[in-house]
Amino acid sequence: MIAAENLTKTFGTLTAVDKVTFKVDHGEVFGFLGPNGAGKTTTIRMLCCLISKTSGNARVGDYEVGDTEDAPKIRRIVGLVPDNVGLYESLTAYENLDYYGTLYRLTDSQRKENNERYLKLLGLWEKRDVLVGTFSKGMKQKLAITRALIHDPQVLFMDEPTANLDPEASKAVREFILDLKKENRTIFLNTHNLDEAQRVCDRIGIINTKLRAVGTPEELERMVRGRRTVIQLKQVNDTIVDSLNRLGVKNLVRDGNSLIVDVEDPDEENPEMVGTVTAAGGRVVTVTVLSSTLEDAYLKLVREGA
Amino acid sequence: MSDWMPWKVAKKDFKVMKRKKSLIAYTVMLPFLLAFVFALVVQNDVVNASISDASLGLAALTFVFVILAAVLPTAVAAYSIVGEKMEKSLEPLLATPTSDGELLLGKTIAAFVPAILSIWGGALIFMATTDYLTFNVFSGYYFPSWVPGIMLFLLSPLAAMLGVQVAVILSSRVSDVRGANQFAGLMYLPFLALFILGVQGTFAFSIANLLVVSGIVMFLDITLFVVSKAIFKREDILTKWK
Repeated sequence: MIAAENLTKTFGTLTAVDKVTFKVDHGEVFGFLGPNGAGKTTTIRMLCCLISKTSGNARVGDYEVGDTEDAPKIRRIVGLVPDNVGLYESLTAYENLDYYGTLYRLTDSQRKENNERYLKLLGLWEKRDVLVGTFSKGMKQKLAITRALIHDPQVLFMDEPTANLDPEASKAVREFILDLKKENRTIFLNTHNLDEAQRVCDRIGIINTKLRAVGTPEELERMVRGRRTVIQLKQVNDTIVDSLNRLGVKNLVRDGNSLIVDVEDPDEENPEMVGTVTAAGGRVVTVTVLSSTLEDAYLKLVREGA
Repeated sequence: MSDWMPWKVAKKDFKVMKRKKSLIAYTVMLPFLLAFVFALVVQNDVVNASISDASLGLAALTFVFVILAAVLPTAVAAYSIVGEKMEKSLEPLLATPTSDGELLLGKTIAAFVPAILSIWGGALIFMATTDYLTFNVFSGYYFPSWVPGIMLFLLSPLAAMLGVQVAVILSSRVSDVRGANQFAGLMYLPFLALFILGVQGTFAFSIANLLVVSGIVMFLDITLFVVSKAIFKREDILTKWK
């Protein structure tokens, strides 16, 4: 549905997005995870044909990003929820939506039907005739999402949709994203919220000007560092430590009566280590496998790129 | 007309304007207020003047509507674009398939139409009142005639368009409505200068002179439209506008 190959954007001497390559499948929720200034918004703006690309290629649906004739066609099949909701505060919720319906060239009956359907879906129907200026942040964000959906786009771009929302409103927005996913919509989600990315995204791309890694949350966790095994003993002594070192374990750390070791394959390595420790006279209390988290992966990849 | 995209863009701005009382008061009330004040001036001064002085006086008063035309649409034009900037609504707006030209034209219509209609409305009241009050002075009706006709139906729309274009260009450089309006509002100065020269007798409010002035303003309109069209581009709006 979306494909980018060496997509690059520079502003003068500043490179905002550097040779980014990725694909997003139809019906997939793809998260773009990165710190502020990492190029997330610039990427979305390029894909929505709001700004030009400097080099590289990208396609959205069947259309080529950067092609003058394809630009309005791309805008017709995408919906954008920008980081600032950008609603008309002196218009009502219904008027806001209806205006966008006209800009997307929907017929009167299509507009009427979609306005009602989406306002009801997001629980705003009762507030349709209320001026948006009186809405809470959460309601405005819901309306911004509704606005982006008004023309039933094939791809929905969301730029940090839960930023500045309270936990309850954030949860409501996340749940709505999951509902959209069930409808098989393609969603491109910019976020720097790791928990959000992990909860809603099928795959995640970690970007810091360059795309550092792409994968499912689990793949990313494994990609950065395998796992760690913590062997808690009744009593640790040098003989036990030496025996493990002779076994060739990686990055052995002694922490009180615990020994922490990096492992690639816990199922294979843990029985061997426990056997060695026991043979050296150690009495094993517990064996725990620690996985690295998405946060570990994110921080490592982003720092590497800094 | 109802399916024409610039008109749809303008209609939204009309809706917003309707809820901004200060904008309505400024755009709609001012020409009517002026018509009322001018009626008093005509009653007190023009009816007692000689025919030549009365003619000059009425031409000068009519020219005030031209000055007003240069200023009046700037408030709506500034609000229409800078207001979108302040509400951060430009990005979702630009993400729609609507072209840059359609948006610019829509914004231009939204500023131009209410201003010129209210000026013509005010001028109509002024002309009707004047004709009623000065029938004996001129032994007939002063309006309609060519000089005020050119002022109101040629020069005023051109002056209004000039104000709109300047406001559009300034809107890309300022981040608050008042700033854009204040700068664009200075568009009255060249027309005020002509007014003063006209009252002094240095500049004659003749058909030929008014056509020359209209030609110059039209040239400026076209030039500024080209400039504003060059400025009003999606990428520049999102990355370069303040």
